[in-house]
Amino acid sequence: MDRKIRVLVAKPGLDGHDRGAKVVARAMRDAGMEVIYTGLRQTPEQIVQAAVQEDVDVLAMSILSGAHNHLFPRVMELLADKGASDVLVVGGGVIPEDDIPFLESKGIAAVFGPGTPTSATIEFIKANVKRR
Amino acid sequence: MPAKALPSALEAAASILRGDERALARLITGLEDGDPAAAGTLRALRGGSAAVGQLTAQVVGVTGPPGSGKSTLVDKLISAYRAKGLRVGVLAVDPSSPFSGGAILGDRIRMQRAEAGPGGGLDPGVFIRSLASRGRLGGLSRATAQSARALEAAGYGVVIVETVGIGQSEIDIARLADTVVLVSMPGSGDDIQVIKAGVMEIGDVFVVNKADREGSDRVVREIRAMLETGATLRQDLALRQGGAAELQPVLKTVAETGEGLPELVLALDARWAKLNASGELASRRARGAAAEARSLLAERALAELALLEPGLEEGLAMEIVRGEREVAEAAEILFSAIRK
Amino acid sequence: MGDTDKLRASVEAWRAGVDKSLAKHPERKASFETGSDAPVERLYTPLDLEGEGYAEAIGLPGEFPYTRGVQATMYRGRLWTMRQYAGFGTAEESNERYKYLLAQGQTGLSIAFDLPTQIGYDSDHPLSAGEVGKVGVAVDSLVDMEVLFAGIPLDKVSTSMTINAPAAVLLAMYVAVAEKQGVSPSALEGTIQNDILKEYIARGTYIFPPAPSMRLITDVFAYCARSVPNWNTISISGYHIREAGSTASQEVAFTLADGIAYVDAAVKAGLDVDDFAPRLSFFFNAHNDLFEEAAKFRAARRMWAHIMRERFGAVNPKSWMLRFHTQTAGSTLTAQQPDNNVVRVTLQALAAALGGTQSLHTNSRDEALALPTEASVRIALRTQQIIAYESGVAETPDPLAGSYYVESLTDRVEKEALAYLARIDELGGAVRAIEEGYVQREIQDAAYAYQKKIESGERVVVGLNKFQVPEGRPTGLLKVDPSVGERQAAALRALRLRRDGARVAAALRGVDAAARGDANMMPPILEAVRAYATLGEICDAMRAVFGEYRPGSTF
Ligand SMILES: Nc1nc2c(ncn2[C@@H]2O[C@H](COP(=O)(O)OP(=O)(O)OP(=O)(O)O)[C@@H](O)[C@H]2O)c(=O)[nH]1
Ligand SMILES: [Mg+2]
Repeated sequence: MDRKIRVLVAKPGLDGHDRGAKVVARAMRDAGMEVIYTGLRQTPEQIVQAAVQEDVDVLAMSILSGAHNHLFPRVMELLADKGASDVLVVGGGVIPEDDIPFLESKGIAAVFGPGTPTSATIEFIKANVKRR
Repeated sequence: MPAKALPSALEAAASILRGDERALARLITGLEDGDPAAAGTLRALRGGSAAVGQLTAQVVGVTGPPGSGKSTLVDKLISAYRAKGLRVGVLAVDPSSPFSGGAILGDRIRMQRAEAGPGGGLDPGVFIRSLASRGRLGGLSRATAQSARALEAAGYGVVIVETVGIGQSEIDIARLADTVVLVSMPGSGDDIQVIKAGVMEIGDVFVVNKADREGSDRVVREIRAMLETGATLRQDLALRQGGAAELQPVLKTVAETGEGLPELVLALDARWAKLNASGELASRRARGAAAEARSLLAERALAELALLEPGLEEGLAMEIVRGEREVAEAAEILFSAIRK
Repeated sequence: MGDTDKLRASVEAWRAGVDKSLAKHPERKASFETGSDAPVERLYTPLDLEGEGYAEAIGLPGEFPYTRGVQATMYRGRLWTMRQYAGFGTAEESNERYKYLLAQGQTGLSIAFDLPTQIGYDSDHPLSAGEVGKVGVAVDSLVDMEVLFAGIPLDKVSTSMTINAPAAVLLAMYVAVAEKQGVSPSALEGTIQNDILKEYIARGTYIFPPAPSMRLITDVFAYCARSVPNWNTISISGYHIREAGSTASQEVAFTLADGIAYVDAAVKAGLDVDDFAPRLSFFFNAHNDLFEEAAKFRAARRMWAHIMRERFGAVNPKSWMLRFHTQTAGSTLTAQQPDNNVVRVTLQALAAALGGTQSLHTNSRDEALALPTEASVRIALRTQQIIAYESGVAETPDPLAGSYYVESLTDRVEKEALAYLARIDELGGAVRAIEEGYVQREIQDAAYAYQKKIESGERVVVGLNKFQVPEGRPTGLLKVDPSVGERQAAALRALRLRRDGARVAAALRGVDAAARGDANMMPPILEAVRAYATLGEICDAMRAVFGEYRPGSTF
């Protein structure tokens, strides 16, 4: 069986800074993953619907607007509603360290701050993705 | 005699029929991965649907050059069919990277809808799935046709398959779709994006998108001219069979604004009605299924060969190169190796 | 033997000598590159500038083609405007910060708006949840603008507003506030960013599709030419293009390509080029590669002068001059060892001053982490003050001119950018090139290549991939009070009860009618603003007619 890691790269919130998300998406592709890129201004509802329909192993969200404490937990809630809590969820962008424990308590597996090499994100995913 | 469905397959099929998106998504993943359990689920699902006469989705293939506006058109088609009360399933296929085997699948961007469905949440009547072509050079993944059938069986009345028109994919799309929409657009500058010759045959409906741009009328004329040439060649045959060769519709659209979309939907409806009334639908699908089975057979045979006699193929190839053997002979040897 | 031949001979001898000694004294690297990955030679001499007439290529400060600057005396006359971008939370809080900055010696205001404002949503819109007041100040209606500028006489400050898709609405609000202060629109000075093309390319706060967006922009040009003559009607921005990962040459190329598209649109709309072109302004990034960046600004000025004179036939010298604001590069700041960022900002600010900027924003050291604190903002401002008053670079125009290296860098940036402009013309102009995703793809390719070089260690970023130290969590970062959203929503509810509903409805019908026709949009927008229609309501009226932009995949 030919199992590929499928990742949804999403930008919740209103900020339009997608350089990081796009660089990470390319790096994931070059690491052999299948990346579904959904672009800017995704609502938590849209993100979760896409994660379910695309049956992804990983949901990677990037946000630079500061709305992470509002939007990330909402995504986690909706994933749980859909019985999709087994999706590995990671976050990135400009997220102050002080907020990370809170986000982790909501089920975000890891938060990658500015300057994280893409290889670190990819290794984390490969090590932590839940094989089904 | 067909194998009996496993209880787990029946369960999964029942969940999908109850509208469980996650179960459907899982099934497609299983089909992509070549999971035998998924094959069982698909059988159970289609069996269940066939029993209640639900295997009746119109499968529309949308293909054309990169950036011609396929996803935007699909987005508008989704809205049009939703307005008719049909549930819509979409498969958006993008090529895998030949280097890493990975892929970036970006068609969904254009098709996502923000507007709420009847329940207040997102519209549950639309299911969009992005697929990577996975190794089949330029072609569709093996799972594409199976996934289309899964969507049909899950109750999506229209199944739209978007593929980039490169390499092998046109042939594949013609096999799996009831209707193929070939999208083109006015080119930029001198290089006019006319559909490659040889691909014309698979088009059932021709769309010249981005008609808001200069040069769309010329593209329409060029396509018509090519179709007429083709038709003249076929005319004799058609006359002998007692009919005239009908020209495929060539339509202009501006997918961005929805202009020309009602006409496109009408053309698709007309084609669908005709396929059903003439009985051509069943024969076309049978042809497609046979072709699909043949390529699976070929794939299977090659896999078997690699398993049974590793290195045999390569050895024969070298003998051919050295002039010690002819190709036909080598094929004969391979064939008997499999038959053993 | 002429002088050139003599020089050529001696340079060749020098090269041969160096080549020989390389075995013993190898260079640090096999090849050297600028910050934008362009090759750097071992030596630059007058030979690199051969065939170039000084007068045509470089000229004098304040004269065509303005390579050396747009004013004759440059900073000997007046220093650049020191303009720190600020704004957060509510209008009251931002108003206080502006007053503080003015008291600190800042000479212009630069308003940052929150994302809902930038995208034309009211604070109580569902998509605004969690975003209100986060990256700038929330403005829902004229009420907020009145508070924002309370006690700040609008005829005494120049105000720059980072607002794009709804720029016409925010400009109308500014004019309306001025009216209430008894200040005539003709006395207003400032800038609205109003640059939608780079939003599609790089920044993402678009609302409408390109065609109606371009129309709104040319409507602002026309309106300001008549009524707000000292207003910079657009700030054509390479800043965000660079932040998205472009090279220096791409930054120049794509910015000027956007500029060409705006001028084209305005001329097509019937405006005389010399009526609006003098009010066009630009906005660039400043990165760490001091010489390449200074050269970039010089190249951009020279190119624009030619474009305006030759391509558009402008005859007013003011139309030829590329005036620009600069901001130091946020993307170069590291979250690791954030104090190092002060040094980066210094280099970048120096490049901007050497490149002849008209105004400058210096980033704060903690911007890679969160909104900057007051202390960080002060250091950032002090950085440019030290450059202005202590470094000596402001004492003569274009001090780098004549440097063989800088002049050849200037030529190279120009050459590469011209090649891009030619390609974009072939594709049918900037709007089309953006719709096709061409511009975005070029930038993404550069961004990805850059990232790979950092990860491989080929490119060193101090503190990030070399010279790291174990670090604790940074502290003392400014946070926005999460209740801003509720306060704004409550204020909106109160406003909707208080205002004259019939007047609002009539004004919004006016906006709708103008959008459907082709009259200038500014007067009906101004009327709606005066009636206290909200930003969201006005934008919704336009959305209903114009539709909304939806980006495609650009991989
Ligand atoms: N002017 C114009 N642009 C259009 C039209 N339809 C689509 N576009 C634009 O064309 C670009 C490509 O559209 P897509 O729908 O992503 O095209 P696609 O064929 O699906 O592209 P790939 O999946 O990448 O091959 C986008 O920028 C669209 O906005 C149209 O009718 N007119
Ligand atoms: Mg597409």
